[in-house]
Amino acid sequence: MMWRSGLAALLSHWRRKPLQLAMLLLGLSLATGLWSAVQAINGEARASYARAAAVLGQDRLASLARADGARFDQQLFVTLRRNGWLVSPVVEGEKRYGEQRVKIIGIDPLTLPPVARQIDVMAAEGGLGAFIAPPGLFFVSAETARRLAGHAAPPLRIVDSLPAGTALTDIGIAQDILGVGPRLSRLLLPPDQLIDRAALSILAPELEVRTPAAESDLSRLTDSFHLNLTAFGFLAFAVGLFIVHAAIGLAFEQRRPVFRTLRALGLPARALTLLLVAELSVFALIAGFAGVVLGYWIASLLLPDVAASLRGLYGAEVPGSLSIRPAVWLAGVAISVAGTFLSAGRGLWQVSRMTLLAPAQPRAWARASERHMRLQAIAGAALLAGALLLAHFGTGLAAGFALLAAMLLGAALLLPLLLSWLIAGGARVSSSALGEWFWADTRQQLPGLSLALMALLLALATNIGVGTMVSSFRLTFVGWLDQRLTSELYVTARTEEEAAALRNWLSPRSDAVLPIWSTEGQIANQQVQIFGILDHATYREKWPLLTADPQVWDFVAQGKALMVNEQLARRLSLRLGADVTLPGGHRLPVAGIFSDYGNPKGQVILGNDTLVRFYPDIGRLRYAVRIDPEKAGKLREDLLTAFGLPAQNVVDQASIKSFSLKIFERTFAVTAALNVLTLAVAGLAILSSLLTLAGMRLPQLAPVWAMGLTRRHLAALELARSVSLAALTLLLAIPAGLGLAWVLLAVINVEAFGWRLPLYVFPADWALLGALSLAAAGAAALLPALRLLNLRPAVLLKVFAHER
Amino acid sequence: MSVRAFLIYLFLAVPALAQGFAGLGTDAEGFAVPQPGSAIIFPRDHGPHPEYRIEWWYLTANLKGADGEDYGVQWTLFRSALAPQEKAGWDSPQLWMGHAAVTSATSHFVAERMSRGGIGQAGVTAEPFAAWIDDWRMASSAAGGVDQISKIDLSASGKEFSYKLKLDAQRPPVLQGQQGYSVKSAEGQASFYYSQPFYAVSGTLSLPGGDVAVEGQAWLDHEWSSQPLAPSQTGWDWFSFHLESGEKLMGFRLRDETGGFTSATWIAPDGTPEPQPPAALAVTPLETETVAGREVPTRWRVELPAKGFRVETRALNPEAWMATQVSYWEGPVRFEGTHAGRGYIEMTGYD
Repeated sequence: MMWRSGLAALLSHWRRKPLQLAMLLLGLSLATGLWSAVQAINGEARASYARAAAVLGQDRLASLARADGARFDQQLFVTLRRNGWLVSPVVEGEKRYGEQRVKIIGIDPLTLPPVARQIDVMAAEGGLGAFIAPPGLFFVSAETARRLAGHAAPPLRIVDSLPAGTALTDIGIAQDILGVGPRLSRLLLPPDQLIDRAALSILAPELEVRTPAAESDLSRLTDSFHLNLTAFGFLAFAVGLFIVHAAIGLAFEQRRPVFRTLRALGLPARALTLLLVAELSVFALIAGFAGVVLGYWIASLLLPDVAASLRGLYGAEVPGSLSIRPAVWLAGVAISVAGTFLSAGRGLWQVSRMTLLAPAQPRAWARASERHMRLQAIAGAALLAGALLLAHFGTGLAAGFALLAAMLLGAALLLPLLLSWLIAGGARVSSSALGEWFWADTRQQLPGLSLALMALLLALATNIGVGTMVSSFRLTFVGWLDQRLTSELYVTARTEEEAAALRNWLSPRSDAVLPIWSTEGQIANQQVQIFGILDHATYREKWPLLTADPQVWDFVAQGKALMVNEQLARRLSLRLGADVTLPGGHRLPVAGIFSDYGNPKGQVILGNDTLVRFYPDIGRLRYAVRIDPEKAGKLREDLLTAFGLPAQNVVDQASIKSFSLKIFERTFAVTAALNVLTLAVAGLAILSSLLTLAGMRLPQLAPVWAMGLTRRHLAALELARSVSLAALTLLLAIPAGLGLAWVLLAVINVEAFGWRLPLYVFPADWALLGALSLAAAGAAALLPALRLLNLRPAVLLKVFAHER
Repeated sequence: MSVRAFLIYLFLAVPALAQGFAGLGTDAEGFAVPQPGSAIIFPRDHGPHPEYRIEWWYLTANLKGADGEDYGVQWTLFRSALAPQEKAGWDSPQLWMGHAAVTSATSHFVAERMSRGGIGQAGVTAEPFAAWIDDWRMASSAAGGVDQISKIDLSASGKEFSYKLKLDAQRPPVLQGQQGYSVKSAEGQASFYYSQPFYAVSGTLSLPGGDVAVEGQAWLDHEWSSQPLAPSQTGWDWFSFHLESGEKLMGFRLRDETGGFTSATWIAPDGTPEPQPPAALAVTPLETETVAGREVPTRWRVELPAKGFRVETRALNPEAWMATQVSYWEGPVRFEGTHAGRGYIEMTGYD
């Protein structure tokens, strides 16, 4: 009975203040939601990497492949089998179906080791015959099947076990589709081999054993991306907790009389605390549940863009749809509960030791405390100093993120003191008594608002930092595209014969036909692309060199040197003049380093003759064509008619550029979305803090009102106060944001992608952001101001009548 | 011995089964159908016949080791075609499967290999005769112009065993049925079928315990056809016997609901075949044992009254289960009664 009445008394508060309850639940669900969204996205991506790693059991099976990764004659497979090596052939490659790239994996179901059997060929409709006889079958995930709909692919069979963007088919079918002839990519080597067999070095000296990859390349490559998202998730959660903290703090303050009455009626302090814990737990569970639902919704909106980013940046395939993971649900609800009690800890502690005679009147819940602010500022300064040290001595992605966290947190902790100084400055320059009261009162409010303002600072700084990074990146990227994509047309032949015919046909009709021939191989365990280029003005004039020997083009053309892209140079610590050992043991010095944004792989550029000399059996299908831009369209049409090429085999410069930019935009769409959401949460934090304060400020406002200031005037002042606090915060957020941008561009990007970008500032963006945040602060202050405006004078009078 | 078609169909013709087993019994879907009167010509017909659906080269050997122990060896290459043609490359509709085994009184080692046609991993050539899959080989060591299967080098390997044997036959191959046209059922299903049951064998088995020199006898069957069996048949028991008196006996029983169908060929010591009428042979299981979780007969009474033949068999190793994708029992036996000798028994459909 006692419990029930106690609980009813406590809950009645929320009935009278539904807005406060809404704020509490909203803050908690938002915080949980953003965090869960990031978890759901990461979970989906990781699951798909695991699926990719498990394809053909390559996480458990060793394989045989050429050292340079190139395909080899399938006769080697027969030779090895006929000498007792129980190997199974695999051919891999990429095929474009319209806009869709599909990784084709060809297998031989008869020799495939059981551990690599992800699909049951025999059990599928049509059985083995349908699988191996042309047109064959594609085993794909439901996602891939959707992407391939309407394209001229073999009949599809849908299975769950394959990653998106991968098609498993018969080896002969795959060789035909990829146009690679009787060549194989690798041989699976199961552990159960005959003991007595000839050595690999005698049978197939060009092949080497590769041990199974314990961790997939994809999960390593994409680690930085996911770390990035996780950091964003935590930031959003932290900002959300500010709201929760404000709402819970207010509720506790306003219910002090209730607490006292309940205690006076005989409810033990323990029971009261337990009731409050129960109440908060229920709220946390409800909000946590709602938050996870919200998180899934946000994640499902963001995932297509994330998937596009991962595909564009790393070639990693992640399905565009989410599956529901119990781990995300549990974690979401758990973090909601944890966040609630983190925010309510102080309040609960106070209630548990509240004496019966404690004042019932709500008092300013956080009183001005210079000392407290100083301590905070010292901690903040220490964090900033730590950030400086990290920037100087730290290496690696983790250090980069630690630097980010230290910098942002340090700036946030310093904020109240800096604001208080700025306000003191304001007070000094104001001449009227009202002005002095305004500034003094603002300063008085600062502790109560400081948490919300810190949240705003974090959100603004993140916004400025990330915005600056993205805009700098875009500016650099567009300039780089102009340098890199100089040719008017890019043509891909379907066969070597067609390529030869194309060359002959194009020569008299264009200014130049430049081969884009390439192979892939390994340099110091890094998978790299090796391109050849002709000595041509196209490259000499425009190529985006970062640093180079003055004679770089002569050296490359003469086969005396090579160029590497920035990411390869960084990964292998290559400087000009350093020797690089190419696949096949060829050694050449580096004469130039060029920028290569958006490419996850290292790249080497040789003179075309050198490339052909080193790797005589490369594919010679791709060409860049130089021609008067006005005639490019006509030439493209002629080319398509003359050779009957599919449209995607002849691409003009503009389409490649727009395609690249599209990938770029999608890459940062997620970042932008999380940015906006974080800012929205910060706005809510301010609103909820102001609502908290408004109720407590009557004792401060009543005397001013009594001295003759109208309520209208007071409300206007309140509004002005909020806006000016937001403006001051924005002012301080700009240096913090620029610092953040610098860390992102010069530390995180270099670690994550291997390229360093120049920092450009975009004050116009800040102005927009400033206007937005002032509007948000103004809107947040509007509700309390309106309340003040409509306050009955009797309420103000009561302040004097009641004993405090 | 077209009953063995059943075995290969169980494995490779799953799609065909899905399309309807009954249809396959009557028409061969574009595949060639054995016709009476078409002569078997050597060496050409030692090679593969891709226009027929199924084919095998099936060798079993009863051996005696230098250690005094009895051993049995099996080497089989099956061909199954998805379409009646051969093509180069992975497009080939020809599929190959190899089974090899070594059996002693205490052990039974099995290995299995699979391959596509068209790429060279497995295949058969007529002259010089060679049949292979991976590192397993059954290849002629006879000179050109001589009966290609009169001298054979045979090898196979598994994880725990390998063997290298030399086979030598002093008589020509034995044509089964009417000059190699072997009728299998009242409905007229038939195969082309010849055997070489007269091999003398010597060589070495490599077993986990070490190498063993062996000598003995071997029996090779080569058979090709296109028509599978009736769906009512649940399995078969097949017998190949080397009699100490020099004769050979091949017989089988097809099991179905009505008690089964038996057939046999008596081969004189000079190689003259005497096909026996249906039901002349009687086989009776005397004892069953649990092998690989199945009840399998391990002792048989085999009677061919027309030849005064009545023996009881005893398996060298009752555990001679072929745990391959399609599993069956195949192992060496000794028999006693009116005649004594040794041979091989194959039993399928005991699942």
